[in-house]
Amino acid sequence: MCPLCTTEHAAPQLYTTLHRRKCSSVSTPRITTHYTIHSRDKDSRWEGIEMERFADEADVVIVGGGPAGLSAAIRLKQLANEHEKELRVCLVEKASQIGAHTLSGACLEPTALSELFPDWKERGAPMNTPVTEDVFSILTEKHRIPVPILPGLPMRNHGNYIVRLGNFVHWLGEQAEELGVELYPGYAAAEVLFHEDGSVKGIATNDVGIAKDGSPKDVFERGMELHAKVTLFGEGCHGHLAKQLYKQFNLRENCEPQTYAIGLKEVWVIDEKKWRPGRVEHSVGWPLNRNTYGGSFLYHLNEGEPLVALGFVVGLDYTNPYLSPFREFQRWKHHPSVAPTLEGGSRIAYGARALNEGGIQSIPKLTFPGGLLIGCSPGFMNVPKIKGTHTAMKSGMLAAEAIFPKVTAEGLDSETTGLHVPEYAEALKNSWVWKELHSVRNIRPSFHNYFGLYGGMIYTGVFYWIFRGKEPWTLKHAGLDANQLKPAKECTPIEYPKPDGKISFDLLSSVALSGTNHEGDQPPHLTLKNDSVPVERNLAIYDGPEQRFCPAGVYEYVPLETGDGMRLQINAQNCVHCKTCDIKDPSQNINWVVPEGGGGPAYNGM
Amino acid sequence: MSGRVLVGVKRVIDYAVKIRVKPDKSSVVTDGVKHSMNPFCEIAVEEAVKMKEKKLIKEVVAVSCGPQQAQETIRTALAMGADRGIHVEVTGKDYETLGPLQISKIMAALAKKEEAQLIILGKQAIDDDCNQTGQMTAALLDWPQGTFASEVSLEGDKIKVVREVDGGLETIKINIPAVITADLRLNTPRYATLPNIMKAKKKKIANMKPADLGVDITSRLEVLRVDEPPQRQAGVKVETVEDLVSKLKEAGLV
Repeated sequence: MCPLCTTEHAAPQLYTTLHRRKCSSVSTPRITTHYTIHSRDKDSRWEGIEMERFADEADVVIVGGGPAGLSAAIRLKQLANEHEKELRVCLVEKASQIGAHTLSGACLEPTALSELFPDWKERGAPMNTPVTEDVFSILTEKHRIPVPILPGLPMRNHGNYIVRLGNFVHWLGEQAEELGVELYPGYAAAEVLFHEDGSVKGIATNDVGIAKDGSPKDVFERGMELHAKVTLFGEGCHGHLAKQLYKQFNLRENCEPQTYAIGLKEVWVIDEKKWRPGRVEHSVGWPLNRNTYGGSFLYHLNEGEPLVALGFVVGLDYTNPYLSPFREFQRWKHHPSVAPTLEGGSRIAYGARALNEGGIQSIPKLTFPGGLLIGCSPGFMNVPKIKGTHTAMKSGMLAAEAIFPKVTAEGLDSETTGLHVPEYAEALKNSWVWKELHSVRNIRPSFHNYFGLYGGMIYTGVFYWIFRGKEPWTLKHAGLDANQLKPAKECTPIEYPKPDGKISFDLLSSVALSGTNHEGDQPPHLTLKNDSVPVERNLAIYDGPEQRFCPAGVYEYVPLETGDGMRLQINAQNCVHCKTCDIKDPSQNINWVVPEGGGGPAYNGM
Repeated sequence: MSGRVLVGVKRVIDYAVKIRVKPDKSSVVTDGVKHSMNPFCEIAVEEAVKMKEKKLIKEVVAVSCGPQQAQETIRTALAMGADRGIHVEVTGKDYETLGPLQISKIMAALAKKEEAQLIILGKQAIDDDCNQTGQMTAALLDWPQGTFASEVSLEGDKIKVVREVDGGLETIKINIPAVITADLRLNTPRYATLPNIMKAKKKKIANMKPADLGVDITSRLEVLRVDEPPQRQAGVKVETVEDLVSKLKEAGLV
């Protein structure tokens, strides 16, 4: 038995120094133990374990309890009640309670909500803060240049509401339950199930009770299968099941790759004297350079306490591997136009999430036999407006309206056992969602020019404000975000200021505020396709950018116990489910899969 | 012994969540904050369900006192294997002042009403860390108690309890009926899986108020103020041992 790689070699006489050198690369300590990388079929520890799953049938299964998923569920039940039909709608959500994984600015445009519930005010929707002031600025290191928000510009917020989206989603959940939707928070959809004919049959929830090393514990139990006539996937930005479905059904062959940004957010209780409820502030410029897309938001909520929601967005097509979105956010808060608002206040929440920036160019094929994609998962965000909730909700509603006649029809009118509902994509293309996304399609890609931010703003001013996005061309994106990083040796490290503990903070105390936690004894859900790539490639060429772009400190390069060399340490328990690593890993080696349901952040009205 | 076991389950703020004191310093913020079943109560439920699986007892009844949301906690217990639930509704100001003494009175009243032979509770709740309810309940019922249990076994008409105490482990034998409080090492609670949550929806949860049990829940305690722990001060680095000693002398510590 070869002592280095502990396997039997077929021809021991070939056990030469060449082999010894190859095997010593196996001295990379084992990081990934998840069964999606190391199959349990060939694993002797799983012999004899009962792998049969309990299965149940529903009419429609929805993956994800966010604005899109809940709007779809609500619309389905509204239609069922209208037409006096029975419909079993089950929704699974990985967060322990509806709204606990929701994070957004947010300025909600109430268009879709008013369509879904014209009486939302009477129903007590938590829309307490109409926008009263709207401010846009370009920041330099010491100054603020105000930019007038003329009517017609996409970032104008007249008529919108500042909301705590987590609370809004929680309220949607209550409405859904009242209508008879079966909500199952705390159970993550871990696997897509297929019929014999290749159409989607439903999903299976996560297994529980697998130890960190991948072996079964005493409390091991298989997840459950939920079968449906059609399954809606509303996992939000960069969903892990959607990633599989793109490959399975080749849904991305005619669209551009999705591009993303990371949004970090904090909620502060501020000094009452500084509080201006209904005030919306956005900025671009400092601390980012003109070639790095991004900017800030600061919203004054009107919910009793003097609360502000503030945050920073950085486009994930940034090129400098030394950039840390978290530290850019922390240093932005020290700007002379921001710090005074926060002085004397205290931070009560922190979180982060990736968001879509691809717009209409990056929308994949939306339907496939047995299922369809809704919400930020395919990506309907209006990037210059930085709003995606209203379009996500509308996509859920349109999906419900397209599915309903098919799912309640007497005979199953479908070529495949899982229903194919292309009518949904048609309805979306004919709706205001498409019109809106089409008109802003060129704004984000217009930033890819020598003048960066300023070129983009000029483009927006001319082609959007004057010509309303009617120009006949469609600009392309720069390609996959993961391919945009330059090697570390071509870039300069950024000198970030130390956090002062009053306005800016260190990473770990921020992560603690997210309330994130996972069962410790489970395989890390940040799986690596190849355990040696991080040190050999990410660290060697890019100086380990994952240590900087992860907003939760999951990835750390630490010295090996033997002293020579580094290894990647994955602190999976810190993960806030933002998906940035899966997006930005230059080696595309990280595959985020869902951990045991109930784990992850415990956001409260984020 | 083939009777009924009462298990108390408490809905508490999840242990991983950062607590925030309300601006008026009256209590901590609970609105919208993630709650879950007290970890020691999970262990208590697991022990009761294990006993039922071994056919040592017939029925497990999960009890929780609190507002509407307490029903979620009872559902989790039902999904773990409890047979039915009892929700004692306490809301508003009454709930804020609900403490071990009142709970013990409720548990004692329920034990008599349900003719329970065993009460299993968590040793303490992670929000108040009182570690009193089990002991008070036993006293009110005049039942023996096996607290901090790390091992429980039935031996005829007695229960052998191995208790985790400061000096090590203490083994006692007590008569039935009794009160047991679960410590960390008693067992590893099972997961409440989705099929069981779905089945639990069909199990019964009875609703009642403390008055229905003849229990007066007025509190004898008044919380004057709640404060955050003092901010940890930064330390000071010293260069030599002499510096260290002089700094300690300055602070009056040596």
